[in-house]
Amino acid sequence: MLEVRGLVKSFGGVKASNNVSLSVPEGRITSLIGPNGAGKTTLFALITGFHKPDAGSVHFLGEDITGLPPEKIAQRGMVRTFQIVQPFAGQTVRENIAVGAHLHVQSRADALEKAEDVAGKVGLGDRLDMDAASLTVAGRKRLEVARALATDPKLILFDEVLAGLNPSEIRDVIPVIRAVREEGVTILLIEHVMQAVMSLSEHTWVLNQGALIAEGTPADVVGHPLVVEAYLGKGMAERIAKREAHHA
Amino acid sequence: MKQLVLLGLVFAVIGLAPFVISSEFTLNLVIMVLYAALLGQAWNILGGYGGQFSFGHAAYFGTGAYTVAVLQVQLGINPWLGLVAGGVMAMLVAAFIGFATFRYGLRGSYFALVTLAFAEVLRILSNSVPFTGAGVGILIPLDQSAANFQFASKQGFFWVIWVMTLAAFATVWWIGKSRFGAQLMAVRDNEDAARALGVEAFKVKMGAIMLSGLFSGLAGVFYAQYFLYLDPYIAYGPAISIESLLVPIVGGLGTLFGPLLGAIGLHLISEATRELIGDLPGISLVIYGIVLVIMVLFMPRGLAGLVRRLWPKPAPAKAQATEGGHA
Repeated sequence: MLEVRGLVKSFGGVKASNNVSLSVPEGRITSLIGPNGAGKTTLFALITGFHKPDAGSVHFLGEDITGLPPEKIAQRGMVRTFQIVQPFAGQTVRENIAVGAHLHVQSRADALEKAEDVAGKVGLGDRLDMDAASLTVAGRKRLEVARALATDPKLILFDEVLAGLNPSEIRDVIPVIRAVREEGVTILLIEHVMQAVMSLSEHTWVLNQGALIAEGTPADVVGHPLVVEAYLGKGMAERIAKREAHHA
Repeated sequence: MKQLVLLGLVFAVIGLAPFVISSEFTLNLVIMVLYAALLGQAWNILGGYGGQFSFGHAAYFGTGAYTVAVLQVQLGINPWLGLVAGGVMAMLVAAFIGFATFRYGLRGSYFALVTLAFAEVLRILSNSVPFTGAGVGILIPLDQSAANFQFASKQGFFWVIWVMTLAAFATVWWIGKSRFGAQLMAVRDNEDAARALGVEAFKVKMGAIMLSGLFSGLAGVFYAQYFLYLDPYIAYGPAISIESLLVPIVGGLGTLFGPLLGAIGLHLISEATRELIGDLPGISLVIYGIVLVIMVLFMPRGLAGLVRRLWPKPAPAKAQATEGGHA
């Protein structure tokens, strides 16, 4: 469904994305993990048109969308959420979600009605008339999901929807993400919360210093020596292996 | 829907003015309030609903005013046709300025400075080309007849400005209820988030600046026909740009009735200062400056916000009750 080939992006001397190729199959939840500063959010920005890649291509539903602006990409059915939540402050939850709904709905009344519907799905149904700025962090994360969902996307890119939430909130939001997939929406998510990655995603890509270093099922990937080193430092994989051998 | 009824009521009441007011002086005051409300509402479309603060709305006002004046004086074209031409020309100037600024993603103070610069460029141009009368200005010959868009009594002018202002307010009412308006406000509140949801920010902003320019241009046309004299400083000078933005800021940015409240408030203030201090040159600008500072500091939501605070909307009861459960 989404095919990324050889994406390169440099900011000055830093290669934020170094020849990254990955693919997201339809109907799955795929995840992208990596330590802070690995270039995950940059990769999202490249895929969704917020940055233009220096080289490489992005294909979505078989079409080349490299370099298209974000609104055109959203119109084709791929939307993203933001790691740092971006509510339309001063507008109500209902109005916020309606902006997403308006992508395919002309009438204001229909868009507002659809917003209500979507709000119910993500658990915001009781806060429709609240100012988006007065929502809790968890509420705003739900709002990000709702707005993206209201555009009737085929693929959603979630940028750390669980970051900053406490364990009980995370337990609440995980089913919401799963429900999105149940509706037939493909998902690519960036996540630090490993509990979520392990329980949600079927396939994981690992990014470090702008380059992909591993891929596979979440369970395979966490044991991969390069991944361990990326998170814990050079030599750690070896030391852990030694200690395990010692214990055995 | 409630807003539309209220809008109809307010304009119906204002429409009684020519029947109940016999003094030309008072009727002139009502006309000037409507004219200020039109200028302010025009700015409000782009600034209040679109979040793009223009410091150069004189560019559209002056273009409308000069279009109707020059067509009449130089080419003998009827000012009613000039009215249409003035609106269209102002809209085209707005489209040009919008294209030049939004294409390159200018926002905030950069956008404000560039619009200011465009207005100044037009002022200097109109000061140097011959067909605008250059620095001497342009005088529209007095020839009072309704067919000539010059009325013997103030009542004729009243109905023209009443219709123009009503059109601007009805447009803004529509903006508040339409997809275009929802997208415009989304761009105002967070352009990146709006684009991520498929909003074509550039197109939406172009639409807003063109509507805004159209109504500013109509105000310019009205001014030219009402006072029958223009010079570069009147048409393209900063005073109009300042009045355009002051009215909605005082009244309430991004609200339907804000510009009307602002126009009334500012005229009350300027009439009061005239009574108290006399016609000291520049004193009204000093007072405007003070008012602006006070409004921004203490009433950022303007007079409309004050009205809201005094008569709050009945809040849906269940909305607050449940928030605690999720915190």
